[in-house]
Amino acid sequence: MNDASLLEVQNVRKSFRKPDGGELLVLDGVNLTLREGEIVGLLGRSGSGKSTLLRLIAGLARPASGSITYLGQVLHGPPPGIALVFQGFALFPWLTVLENVELGLEALGLPQEEVRRRAIAAIDMIGLDGFESAYPRELSGGMRQRVGFARALVVHPNILLMDEPFSALDVLTAETLRTDFLELWSEGRLPIKGVILVTHNIEEAVLMCDRVLVFATNPGRIISEIKIDLPHPRDRLDPLFRDLVERIYVELTAKPTSERAPARIERFAGAGISTILPRVSSNLLSGLIEAVAKPPYNGQADLPVIAAALNMEIDDLFPVAETLQMLRFAEVEGGDIKLTAEGKRFAEAGTDERKRLFAHHLLAYVALAAHIRRVLDERPSHRAPWSRFCDELEDHMSPEAAEQTLRAAISWGRYAEVYAYDDHTQTFSLENP
Amino acid sequence: MTHPVAPISAARKTPMLSYWDGIAVLLLVGVLVFFAQASRGLVLPLAELERHPVSLDPANLPEYAARTSLRMLAAILLSLLFTFTYATWAAKSRRAEVVLIPILDILQSVPILGFISVTVVFFMSLAPGLMLGAEFAAVFAIFTSQAWNMAFSFYQSLRTVPKELEEAARSFRLGAWMRFWRLEVPFAMPALIWNMMMSMSGGWFFVVASEAISVGDTTVTLPGIGSYIALAIGQRDLDAVGWAIGAMLVVILIYDQLLFRPLVAWADRFRFEQEAGGAPPRSWVLTTLRRSRLVARATAPFGAARRWSYRVASRPYNPSPKPTRLRLPAQWVDRLWHAAVIATAAFAFWKVAQFVLLDVTLAEIGTAFFYGLATMARVFVLIAIASAIWVPIGIWVGLRPNVSRIAQPIAQFMAAFPANLLFPFAVSAIVAFRLNPDIWLSPLMVLGTQWYILFNVIAGATTIPSELRDIGTNLRVRGWLWWRKIALPAVFPFYVTGAITASGGSWNASIVAEVASWGQDRLQAHGLGAYIAEATKAADFHRIVLGIAVMSAFVVVLNRAFWRPLYRRAERKFRLD
Repeated sequence: MNDASLLEVQNVRKSFRKPDGGELLVLDGVNLTLREGEIVGLLGRSGSGKSTLLRLIAGLARPASGSITYLGQVLHGPPPGIALVFQGFALFPWLTVLENVELGLEALGLPQEEVRRRAIAAIDMIGLDGFESAYPRELSGGMRQRVGFARALVVHPNILLMDEPFSALDVLTAETLRTDFLELWSEGRLPIKGVILVTHNIEEAVLMCDRVLVFATNPGRIISEIKIDLPHPRDRLDPLFRDLVERIYVELTAKPTSERAPARIERFAGAGISTILPRVSSNLLSGLIEAVAKPPYNGQADLPVIAAALNMEIDDLFPVAETLQMLRFAEVEGGDIKLTAEGKRFAEAGTDERKRLFAHHLLAYVALAAHIRRVLDERPSHRAPWSRFCDELEDHMSPEAAEQTLRAAISWGRYAEVYAYDDHTQTFSLENP
Repeated sequence: MTHPVAPISAARKTPMLSYWDGIAVLLLVGVLVFFAQASRGLVLPLAELERHPVSLDPANLPEYAARTSLRMLAAILLSLLFTFTYATWAAKSRRAEVVLIPILDILQSVPILGFISVTVVFFMSLAPGLMLGAEFAAVFAIFTSQAWNMAFSFYQSLRTVPKELEEAARSFRLGAWMRFWRLEVPFAMPALIWNMMMSMSGGWFFVVASEAISVGDTTVTLPGIGSYIALAIGQRDLDAVGWAIGAMLVVILIYDQLLFRPLVAWADRFRFEQEAGGAPPRSWVLTTLRRSRLVARATAPFGAARRWSYRVASRPYNPSPKPTRLRLPAQWVDRLWHAAVIATAAFAFWKVAQFVLLDVTLAEIGTAFFYGLATMARVFVLIAIASAIWVPIGIWVGLRPNVSRIAQPIAQFMAAFPANLLFPFAVSAIVAFRLNPDIWLSPLMVLGTQWYILFNVIAGATTIPSELRDIGTNLRVRGWLWWRKIALPAVFPFYVTGAITASGGSWNASIVAEVASWGQDRLQAHGLGAYIAEATKAADFHRIVLGIAVMSAFVVVLNRAFWRPLYRRAERKFRLD
């Protein structure tokens, strides 16, 4: 073991039990080493298991197999010396800023004077002076997250884990907090030795991290590691910075390697019945087609560029782009999105023509939609209950994923007017009121 | 920010005592004197009761009121203790949960007389010949009308602690003890206090039954407002009934000002929603206590003790894994556990059946069941009537914040109003006009419980988003269409919650509402409540158990088969988010 390594994750696998007794794999074969003095970013889309990995490292959950070693010892439960910053702040609303910060120290069983002294010091460092007796509900989002940071830092952890700490904040506040954090970090004023940052914001990862691990979904796994050795403070407009952003986009949209091909084909090309469908509204689909069709892109766009132009993050953009790919309205590859001939036709068509085109593609390329339509056609009553399809989907996926998939199929089916659904009676039908 | 924040470390230089200290001291001394006064009688021998029986002299009322409110307080503290232990156990242990929650459901459906009749002898024997035993019995009776909904509320809260807070508590390695007091109790506090207020009303509603205990030959009349009311009714003394109402009003007001309003104002910071919605509740008592430095200094040791207890309870991190004991797989333990539970339940059922059938024929079980149907019909008809009246009024009130501020405390007082106090009027009227008691006694059943419908509908109406109301006005939706399309759907889930509480409460109230007396005039309706009340009076334990079992069965089956599905449907269909 490298003596400067703080944490080692070896071959970790995590799965959740499905109600029918099967297992749903969320993390597979994950390896990661955190060395002293570095910020490692875990980057991927929602569902890639990066937050799950963070919780395993925090000791909040246990891996199904593999091991997590912290300072040479295998983890069992939350260890002292690893602190978490949460996406939703997770402040105790009934405690003041000071009491929130003191909480972790009290849990350590420290004497009252030391608790107070260290809490005040942390509050000063993070820029919360004057807010000690405020309650979280009186504070803005940015101030709340500062409390989240102070609470984590006050216990002097070796490792700071951050779970999308800036994603609940507005753009300006997030930038201020990032800059403040990086300043404290590079000046060596933070009592921490290493940071793991979970994010789905590519620019944030490039801005903050020394290394970025890119995650893929189904099951969650690390597909590549990108070293970032730009000096701090980093400039978003620096061509080297843009190159790194572009490179990560390419990684995230890479065509599958041959060994992963079967899984990939099932998810996108054929969109078999076991495909988990994202909940993407038809408005977003037509919105993206239109945006790509228009000048200056004229049918082909660089994903980072269009993401910035539309003010979308990868979690918002990728599901839309991939749904378009699934429906054969666009091709996504190498960090680019390119409309197909049908995609261009869709962009130029009027409402009714669009619906006809969408219906045609939906039934041709989304097996679940075609399946629902076939079942309704075959039944004399032309009706079928929700459970008819939900049960079938749950054989292949978790109940939540099944619900999400069926909801997506309902939404697209309604837009295409290929079937109808009544939520009160929970039945599908061919009626069109 | 509205309040300027003083640096923590800098202590302000201020005079030794302030105006707030004066008020706080007066308040605290008053409370102490009250406790001393009211608890004086506890160790007196029971015979003292016969020498100084309850009298209708209004001069005695302050003392009676003090005693009654002390009993209430003792019962609410007991209920709190019960809540913290029972509900926590149920929420933390999956195996305990499968047993404890259904038991709670059944306990909730057992009428108060059922508890009194079965336990009074036991409590009297705890302190033979002393008032203390009878006091225990009375406090326990009040406890049984308060504890269950508090426990349910706490259990629900524990199950819904936000995941991120839970994770934060774990990652900062809060011990179980600290997590309970710092995370779980605070999170549950607003709902718990609301339920405590409801419980208090419930306690008042049964105040007569819990103080003037009469089970067969065991008759105890403890000095208190409840016994005063019982005596006033027995002697047809209308003036005394008036005095009792007045005394109750005063006590409830004092409770509201000194206990509940401060609690509500204090618990406001435990609300989980981060947005500051509306003006925070205020209480002059809480303000006084908070601003008084004497109080701050006197309570400081408690804070220190609390922090000390966290320190003591914190455990150092143990990096080695827990020793894996040789044990059966969890599934097997589950199966064994379920088998044990079923076996115990079957055994209990057999024992109960055996006990009941000793003295009761199968035909009588049929009669009890028939009485149950009669009471059920009453409950449903009355809930329907109460709904028709209170839903429109509740919506009207809820949409007018000024009116609802006034209406809430009034409704709360009405909910506490014991049915017995209306006996004089109900009985006189029924006798005078030769009415059918089977029909005309029934309204007494919903006397205390109809207010839950009103409370909830008001609460629901205040949550209708103003945008929804504006668009209604904008589209000129008026009259019946407005009720049908906007108001009624918006309050429906709230209404169902209120109706569930009202229906359950009405079953319990049937034991005081189906038998009414005023002096010598005694009226009785045919129903399960009257059946249990009669059996209690005769100390016929076989029939008491039968009556309670039938009533519990009715309530539980109705809840599972009717109310809960209705509630789920309402939740799904009319959710406003």
